[in-house]
Amino acid sequence: MSTWQSVCQLDDLQPDSGVCALVSGLQIALFYMPQESMVFAISNYDPIGQANVLSRGIIGDINGQIVVASPLYKQHYNLNTGVCLEDEAISLPVYRIRIEHGYVQISVKE
Amino acid sequence: MNIKKTLVVIGNGMVGQHFLVNLVNNPIKEDYNIITFCEEPRAAYDRVHLSAFFSGKTAEDLSLVEPGFFEQHGITIYMGDKAAKICRDSKTVTSEKGHSIRYDKLVLATGSFPFVPPVPGHDRAQCLVYRTIEDLEAMQAAAKTGKVGVVVGGGLLGLEAANALKDLGLQTHVVEFAPRLMAVQLDDAGGAMLRTKIEALGVVVHTGKNTSLITDGEQCVNKMCFADGEELETDIVLFSAGIRPRDDIARDCALEVGPRGGIVINNQCQTSDPNIYAIGECALWNGMIYGLVAPGYAMARTVVADLAGNEASFTGADMSTKLKLMGVDVASIGDAHAKTPGALVYTYQNGDTAVYKRLVVSQDKKHLLGAVLVGDASGYGTLLQYCLNGIELPENPDALILPSRSDESVGLGPDALPASAQICSCYDVTKGEICKAIDAGCTTLDGLKSETKAATGCGGCAALLKSVLNSELSKQGYEVNTDICEHFAYTRQDLYTLIRVEEIKTFADLLARHGKGKGCEICKPTIGSILASCWNDYILKTEHTPLQDTNDTYLANMQKDGTYSVVPRIAGGEISPDMLIALGQVGKKYKLYTKITGGQRVDLFGARVDQLPPIWKELIDAGFESGHAYGKSLRTVKSCVGSTWCRYGVDDSVGLAIELENRYKGLRSPHKIKFAVSGCTRECAEAQGKDVGIIATENGWNLYVCGNGGMKPRHADLFATGLDKATLIQYIDRFLSFYVRSADRLQRTSVWMENMEGGLDYLKSVVIEDKLGLCEQLEQQMQTVIDTYQCEWKTTIEDESKLKRFRHFVNSEQTDDNVVFVEERGQIRPADEQERKHFKLVEVA
Ligand SMILES: Cc1cc2nc3c(=O)[nH]c(=O)nc-3n(C[C@H](O)[C@H](O)[C@H](O)COP(=O)(O)OP(=O)(O)OC[C@H]3O[C@@H](n4cnc5c(N)ncnc54)[C@H](O)[C@@H]3O)c2cc1C
Ligand code: SF4
Ligand code: SF4
Repeated sequence: MSTWQSVCQLDDLQPDSGVCALVSGLQIALFYMPQESMVFAISNYDPIGQANVLSRGIIGDINGQIVVASPLYKQHYNLNTGVCLEDEAISLPVYRIRIEHGYVQISVKE
Repeated sequence: MNIKKTLVVIGNGMVGQHFLVNLVNNPIKEDYNIITFCEEPRAAYDRVHLSAFFSGKTAEDLSLVEPGFFEQHGITIYMGDKAAKICRDSKTVTSEKGHSIRYDKLVLATGSFPFVPPVPGHDRAQCLVYRTIEDLEAMQAAAKTGKVGVVVGGGLLGLEAANALKDLGLQTHVVEFAPRLMAVQLDDAGGAMLRTKIEALGVVVHTGKNTSLITDGEQCVNKMCFADGEELETDIVLFSAGIRPRDDIARDCALEVGPRGGIVINNQCQTSDPNIYAIGECALWNGMIYGLVAPGYAMARTVVADLAGNEASFTGADMSTKLKLMGVDVASIGDAHAKTPGALVYTYQNGDTAVYKRLVVSQDKKHLLGAVLVGDASGYGTLLQYCLNGIELPENPDALILPSRSDESVGLGPDALPASAQICSCYDVTKGEICKAIDAGCTTLDGLKSETKAATGCGGCAALLKSVLNSELSKQGYEVNTDICEHFAYTRQDLYTLIRVEEIKTFADLLARHGKGKGCEICKPTIGSILASCWNDYILKTEHTPLQDTNDTYLANMQKDGTYSVVPRIAGGEISPDMLIALGQVGKKYKLYTKITGGQRVDLFGARVDQLPPIWKELIDAGFESGHAYGKSLRTVKSCVGSTWCRYGVDDSVGLAIELENRYKGLRSPHKIKFAVSGCTRECAEAQGKDVGIIATENGWNLYVCGNGGMKPRHADLFATGLDKATLIQYIDRFLSFYVRSADRLQRTSVWMENMEGGLDYLKSVVIEDKLGLCEQLEQQMQTVIDTYQCEWKTTIEDESKLKRFRHFVNSEQTDDNVVFVEERGQIRPADEQERKHFKLVEVA
């Protein structure tokens, strides 16, 4: 059975930046890089700052890894793996994401 | 157990204190009980930088004694107590307050006193000297009522004193007995050049004048009469006619003194009594009194070594000096007067720029014996090293003083110096010691200064120290990496220049032309800020939004729980009751926590992202605009109530504060900028702790710059005095623009200034004298920002597409359930972790 859920339209994403979506009770940060045609979905909760803020961080790349920097205390999280660059013991849930017919879809099942 | 011996030090001045510090760092200190008599009401302070007292440094700032120093080392200090008598038979010192101490070893560090020529009337009211903090307080008091000041003596100190009088707003004269200024250091041509420069600053110079009488004046308190029949009316007479060693106490106990004063010492700094040493300005070595700190410090170190039984001797000291006198660079090195037989002299004189340079070279043209520099002393460090280290001169020595017409530099690179080369003469730090500290991991200028003390005395060696550091670092393969991040191999200053010169308007364009990768949270906000400083676009334009830190993206300050605080502008801290009510109503309606900020405005906390636009809509309707509290930008201009209401007020501080805040609001900068304006010197607005501080005086506005509160407080420096409003604003325009273009990212003005080569003087030369020829550009740059100001919140609430962002979820109207408040003192506050868990349990149940 398909676990993909449509969350919003592609237009609702912020280019080179993030928004937050509520999916099955989970807060998920969605990032969009239009030039690279890439989208990412990771948990919105910053475990170090203990607040739901990651969608409001700046995105970029560090040593080839695509990351978001927490707006609270600036730790970096790899958008593909969820691993924190400053402390590898910390890792955020990442979610599968795709664009279908202009809709952003997410699958929260493992 | 050994019974301790007693060591007494008479005088706790610069040299006496340096002696104590060196002593307690030596194991020999265990052998002694240490006692010192300090005649002044406070322990040792930095006399060399005494004049800084007038630019706002306090007695505490100038102190040379670390807090707790005497207690920690078990030193007894008799404060405000003068040693009156030494009895060498019983080996006792007796003080004016009646303390009588038996000594085993005695150190005299009594310094000197200013010589006041015995002219009739020399002791009249407002006839002063320049040596102690009390002297400066007396000058300050006298300057309040006086209009004219005369300095008697045109030497180094005299000119420094004249500068102080000028800064106190007095019409200033210098009267010199010799036919030229700085007769000791300069030759006739050099003296004449200095005179031209100083007169251009509005100080009247009288040379070859012999004062014969000081008496009642008609317009002023005093009148000076000269041997040639001329007269000069003045309120203050400041004597600076040389120093005399304080050797009375030595004379009275029959120690040997020189024919013209000074306590005679040998190479171990012992007087004619081997148990008594003399150091500093009271000591006479080889017929010489040294009126500088460095030789005194060398004597102090010699005595410590001698006490410890180590071989050490004082064998004279170099008297080279470099100073800035009223903004004129002056330096003299070694045998400036070419007294060495056979010496050759080269001179360079440029009447247009008033630069004079003279080299004295040995007969075989191999070695530099001395030099004189007026108007441009940039070659001082190099020349001094040639002279001190006997480094062989290049083939054409005159190349060292001729202006270089090509780009090639004739300077002596730090690599040419031997390890034994003394870099800092105040603290006797050699290049070898500096390199050792660098090897040990000290890789910043600040770190080196505190580690080695180099460049913390007169500061003359700071530039050389920096070049040693840089050359060592690059030799050790440390890439001195000043790139801002992996995406741009440039400093912030470079990026600023690229953006401006190539008129780059977007991050994407800059990245394509000069960067690599996608950017990061370092370069994006930095470049966002530079773009805003240069072109002042709306910062939430689609292409700029991703560059902004969250605070700028949501035009509010994120707090620890992810909610935001809202700060409307209250220019100058002035707000009407109606506006205050409107603010209160918004706070009440949205249940915000309200607090008064340190910058005299109101901060409303606890707003969720989705609440920001309606809150701002109401605030804007009530007449408020964005306070830019979220930006690295101008924050507030704090003010006291000023002359409008205050009994002491001299000028309208609130009016000026509002005008300045409205002028500079919205200016994006490397870091936040704070201002304050006080209506009089009581300084209720604490302007001297701000990036830009302004204080009203009878003579106009005084401008202070680069102060800071916060983590690393820094007292602001007095930048200019007695300004009218137009000039004041012009200076601030230039100052801010220069900061914006040349500071590093997240560098406050205080740190920017401390890292600037040439410091305050350099900054003045750029902003006031337009040394870089930049001022017009700097003013235009500011005008652009002022002309393109917009309230970012107004623009935002008028643009539907921008409002889309202001909700927690793209796909739901729900709010963040992690944001939970509890009540405290009648207002909300974020729940702590415990409370939050509890709350969730309750809600689920
Ligand atoms: C305005 C100014 C600017 C200067 N600029 C420079 C400069 O740029 N570079 C430079 O190298 N030098 C400069 N100097 C000179 C420098 O300050 C002196 O060389 C230095 O202070 C000498 O130190 P000292 O300890 O010998 O004397 P002082 O610092 O004068 O200390 C002597 C102390 O002993 C006390 N004392 C005297 N007799 C007794 C007694 N019987 N009992 C108890 N206490 C006693 C005195 O009150 C005084 O506090 C400057 C001096 C002044 C005034
Ligand atoms: S600084 Fe002066 S004018 Fe301002 S409130 Fe204080 S005393 Fe009054
Ligand atoms: S002083 Fe510290 S705790 Fe207080 S507001 Fe500033 S950063 Fe926060």
